[in-house]
Amino acid sequence: MMSPATKQSTQRKAYLNASIVAPAQGLNGRGGILVEDGWILAVGPKVTKESIGAGTMSFDCAGATLIPGLIDMRVFTGEPGTEYRETLATASEAAAAGGVTTMIVMPNTQPVIDDAAIVDFILRRARDTALVRVAPMAAITKGLAGELMSEIGGLKEAGAVAVTDGTHCVANANLFRRALTYAKDFDMLLVQHVEESSLSTGVMNASETASRLGLAGNPAMSEVIMLERDIRLVEMTGAHYHAAQISCATSLEVIRGAKAKGLPVTCGVSIHHLTLNENDIGAYRTFFKLSPPLRSEDDRRALVAGVADGTIDVIVSSHDPQSADTKRLPFAEAAFGAIGLETMLSASLGLYHNENMVLGRLVEAMSSKPAEILGLETGRLAPGAPADFAVVDLNLNWTVDETKLHSRSKNSPLEDRTLEGRVIETVVAGRTVYAYAR
Amino acid sequence: MISPSERPKLLKGQHLLAVDDISPLEIKALLDLAQSYVSEDNKPRRRNPILHGQTQVNLFFEASTRTQSSFEIAGKRLGADVMNMAMSSSAISKGETVLDTAMTINAMRPNFLVVRHQSSGAVELLAQKVSCSVINAGDGQHEHPTQALLDALTIRRRKGVIEGLTVAICGDILHSRVARSNIHMLNKLGARVRVVAPSTLLPTGIANFGVDVHRNMRDGLEGADVVMMLRLQLERMSGAFVPSQREYYRFYGLNEEKLRYAKPDALVMHPGPMNRGIEIDSNVADGAQSVIREQVEMGVAVRMAVLDALSRNWQAGAKS
Repeated sequence: MMSPATKQSTQRKAYLNASIVAPAQGLNGRGGILVEDGWILAVGPKVTKESIGAGTMSFDCAGATLIPGLIDMRVFTGEPGTEYRETLATASEAAAAGGVTTMIVMPNTQPVIDDAAIVDFILRRARDTALVRVAPMAAITKGLAGELMSEIGGLKEAGAVAVTDGTHCVANANLFRRALTYAKDFDMLLVQHVEESSLSTGVMNASETASRLGLAGNPAMSEVIMLERDIRLVEMTGAHYHAAQISCATSLEVIRGAKAKGLPVTCGVSIHHLTLNENDIGAYRTFFKLSPPLRSEDDRRALVAGVADGTIDVIVSSHDPQSADTKRLPFAEAAFGAIGLETMLSASLGLYHNENMVLGRLVEAMSSKPAEILGLETGRLAPGAPADFAVVDLNLNWTVDETKLHSRSKNSPLEDRTLEGRVIETVVAGRTVYAYAR
Repeated sequence: MISPSERPKLLKGQHLLAVDDISPLEIKALLDLAQSYVSEDNKPRRRNPILHGQTQVNLFFEASTRTQSSFEIAGKRLGADVMNMAMSSSAISKGETVLDTAMTINAMRPNFLVVRHQSSGAVELLAQKVSCSVINAGDGQHEHPTQALLDALTIRRRKGVIEGLTVAICGDILHSRVARSNIHMLNKLGARVRVVAPSTLLPTGIANFGVDVHRNMRDGLEGADVVMMLRLQLERMSGAFVPSQREYYRFYGLNEEKLRYAKPDALVMHPGPMNRGIEIDSNVADGAQSVIREQVEMGVAVRMAVLDALSRNWQAGAKS
């Protein structure tokens, strides 16, 4: 369940003369979109100045690209508990500025989202304060402690769209097996942070770079081992399983193998792992300290290829706001995580401009695919669907300036980088929630 | 007193953070200067107050006996006012961060901060935020540049040149900042560097550091001119990285028998403190080939040279 978009626009209006990219609906070309009461009435080449009739307010997109509003499947906020990092409201402003119209928020809050009342709290806070739609994932285990199953059925009824322990991996194989078995009865998706923790005591990728920096490393195999274990458990139970983020080439082989067997397995990758590698850490730059860690350039290229061929289903921002207090520390002591809601789309457009990625595939990985995996009604441009979309100028250059980012925390690894392409308008339920001021 | 302008500039940077950052020319100049301090150290009256009126703060977040006292003596011989701060017992235990501590001390306007910290990169992080000259006295498992300088000076004095020598660094390479700094140092000076250790104590990708990798002492020490032993922390030899002290001594401890694989005039070195009977036998540590105490002596001279060289970079009036 998503927070209801009570602030929908009732007005009938049209966006015309756009280049519409919505591959799941077979749209790829010039056209327009007509919306009313927060819903899409019509979309495609037949929506023109002439067809919408007089009296309908219309905007000329002048050839700009129009895509479904993005669904970001992995967003951390600090609400409730650590609002100084980020609130649902501030995260939603960053989301709107990045074309994200649905944020899936993680249960790593204080208190943890492991109880129906907290799911309800999130949905109501989002309804009252957020600019975009919000849906929570709840915890697999109580308190994220990895010991006891949370009330998966009740959490689903309250509106959780999936269960995950967020930044924690459910390490106990028997518990994870039971959670998969139980969740299957409720048709609930389990999302896992794939990491064998006993192999992951380091702070960056285990590599020559780590050795040179004198930093302890996490081998890629710690991810692969957990992914392989989980897939065996999926085979055993038949439950739906999603690996939240994979970070290395070998994990792709494992996912390909599972999909070839027809198992109900999907996976995601963060935009950071598609656009950065371990060498970006340079002289101990903690904004590049992520979990899973940034890996080699070969891994990065393999991940880009994995998105292109569909082995990787979704791209996430893995938006994780951290304050200066937890980042301005020696590398080993600093917190993991980077913000990314506002830059995910622009950074991914770099793959389209420079690495031959098909635009439609990127759009799909950030809209219709996550909608399909989570069973959401958004993420598509079709009559009867919610009017959530973004207008994008593919060639607009802009420089990431931390003072202008909307997130309450400023830990962007892309600070001061110039990106090509950005959202110029974001619409949620027919209402403009963001417009780029040139 | 000689003014800074009369002394030629030796180092490009404001700080000394890593051997990896400095050029062979800078290293040679530092070693030459250190050599001149060795001669002075042996004179009866040896104060050379070029740093008179300057303040040196030794900021040690990790306990150290020899490095800290060596820096203290070096500073005092050059006439600086030296203050020691043992941070493990101070503000850090009250929750203050490294940067806060550094900026607090920086506000008292010292000329030098000599810093040791248990986290790799911490000294570099601190150096970005202060206006004085920072000397890395060891950061985590990253670098310990003055140790590598004093090792190079010791070798050069005994062997005349470093270029062309074969140096075997043996023991816990994985956790050793001394090993990393020495690998960079010796490579820059043209030595052939070997590392000798069980694979559990070798870092990922070590072969790309410009070293030959050996897993047993016989091959590793064969024909070596210098045998450099490293300390193995006690907690790492009881099953975590190697099975036991006994087993480690048997295969990797340096005794007279294993030393015979090296050249007859090979030097035996150890950065200290030694675990006698574990990585090194007392007969060898105190034997004719050992230069371990000379290393300590060179430590003072090298640190005087580093303080001197960094002070030459201060523009008149810009510092102090």
